[in-house]
Amino acid sequence: MGVRGVGSTKAEAFEQAALAMTAIVSDLAVVDPRKMLRVECEAPDDELLFVDWLNSLIYEMSTRKMLFSRFSVRLNDGRLDGEAWGERVDRLRHQPAVEIKGATYTSLRVAQDNGQWIAQTVVDV
Amino acid sequence: MDLDLFKRKSAYEWEIPPHGEMRVPAIVYASEALVREMDHKVYDQAVNVAMLPGIVKASYAMPDAHWGYGFPIGGVAAFDPDEGGVISAGGVGFDISCGVRCLHTGMKRIDVMGVQKALADALYSRVPVGVGSTGSIYLEGAEMDAMLAGGARWAVEKGWGFREDLERIEEHGQMHGAEPDQVSEHAKQRQSEEMGTLGSGNHYLEVQEVTAVFDAAIARAFGLEMGDVVVMIHCGSRGLGHQIGTEFLKQMATMAGQRGIRLPDRELACAPITSDIGKRYLGAMRAAINCALANRQILTHLVRGVFSDILRQSRLTLLYDVSHNTCKVEEHGTRKLYVHRKGATRAFGPGHPEVPESLRAAGQPVLIGGSMGTGSYVLAGTARSLAFSSACHGAGRAMSRHQASRTWNGRQVVDQLAARGILIRSPSMRGVAEESPQAYKDVTAVVDAADAAGLARKVARLEPLICIKG
Repeated sequence: MGVRGVGSTKAEAFEQAALAMTAIVSDLAVVDPRKMLRVECEAPDDELLFVDWLNSLIYEMSTRKMLFSRFSVRLNDGRLDGEAWGERVDRLRHQPAVEIKGATYTSLRVAQDNGQWIAQTVVDV
Repeated sequence: MDLDLFKRKSAYEWEIPPHGEMRVPAIVYASEALVREMDHKVYDQAVNVAMLPGIVKASYAMPDAHWGYGFPIGGVAAFDPDEGGVISAGGVGFDISCGVRCLHTGMKRIDVMGVQKALADALYSRVPVGVGSTGSIYLEGAEMDAMLAGGARWAVEKGWGFREDLERIEEHGQMHGAEPDQVSEHAKQRQSEEMGTLGSGNHYLEVQEVTAVFDAAIARAFGLEMGDVVVMIHCGSRGLGHQIGTEFLKQMATMAGQRGIRLPDRELACAPITSDIGKRYLGAMRAAINCALANRQILTHLVRGVFSDILRQSRLTLLYDVSHNTCKVEEHGTRKLYVHRKGATRAFGPGHPEVPESLRAAGQPVLIGGSMGTGSYVLAGTARSLAFSSACHGAGRAMSRHQASRTWNGRQVVDQLAARGILIRSPSMRGVAEESPQAYKDVTAVVDAADAAGLARKVARLEPLICIKG
């Protein structure tokens, strides 16, 4: 499944892509952003950092059995500091369709197009 | 794909002769119709794999090949460590040792249909399935490491199964050379609550009926007769395998950049088999194979419990357990090769020493899962040993999840299948819509092509009666 975030800044594109990833699993509107956790990553380039960001979220989703519906990202010199807000999976309410195994490097792209930032890749489900 | 891109070697063998940086040819085994339907990315990816150092003979694609990450899904490639051969995390995939296990039940359709609903409900309530589900076993520390080293053998020693099960599992249920120390704490953490869980997506547990026998002699050797009821379990190494795949893909991709290795696709990230990272991945990947084998063994134990409660006269014995996302060291000719199979099933022919003695004369069972509304197949390896003794693994998607969930409604899919006598149990109706039978390619066409190409011989067709789906 492809995820693509579009934003006026690179950080916003990263946030939007994370929303797209949750939407693969569940309807974003029913995921209550009641609990916040911090995510930090570091990578040698923007594309690897983007994959790291998604994989950090996948790890948190898997180990905490949570879904996230709100994200905040700050980027600084190959480093990402972010927050994710969400709640524990409720199978009845969230009807989660599929687990996400990992973010891949397929169709990976972090770039500026016509003044908009795009961050995209394919996640394995 | 455009047929003009290939040199047709026979009705079911299509060659891409070496060109550019290809070290060996690429070969697709499929019918003309399947080749036409294949995504052009299969061509690109099979060609890219043929460029990797130390590749032996050819880069192969099975009849169900489709666009994967780096390697095509349905791809087979063998590498020789003495010729600079590589090992690739992308060549195994994220769900390390995902595979299929088939169990005889000793029951006929007539025995099961009277309790079909009770059986479906009990399996659904006792087998943890779907996103966020957890098993009743919590593993950490030394016990986690014992599982990663011991595989299904560990599970049997813990009481989740019988010793005779092990003879019907690849590697006798325990992959040697596993190194739990090479598995990160993150990967172990991700697995701590997931032992004995089925997962989601295309993973399933089905109760099926044998509805056709194509090779009576091999079917007899496999213990399959018309009307027999079997159980099929499709799942893998759960969160642990996914995390190992994620971490090593990153390490290999970063290292390739630092070494100045030019990769046509970042997903092809690989490392020499003899390198430090190559050896570490091998140790961790083998531990994930053991995790998958242990997981399918625990699931088997749960299924046995349900059957013994509801069908007291049943006796669940293993036909076979085979993985389709692996890299294994195998002897081919005089060489020991590292054979990557990503969405491809090992298919050793009759007489192969790795095939359990009781099945050896017939060849190794090759278990092919279809979609929940169609059928699955049992095949057997042939003496031709094509593509390093490999065959297809399933139908492959014909439509994206997004498109499927917009096209069908999960509840309607469940009702339509119920009208055909197939009971679906799933925590997610959206998940059911995404796994709708029509979202998959025709598994029969794939299996027929595998049979006609000589990759494996068709033995029996299985159709679902109950499907437990994540």
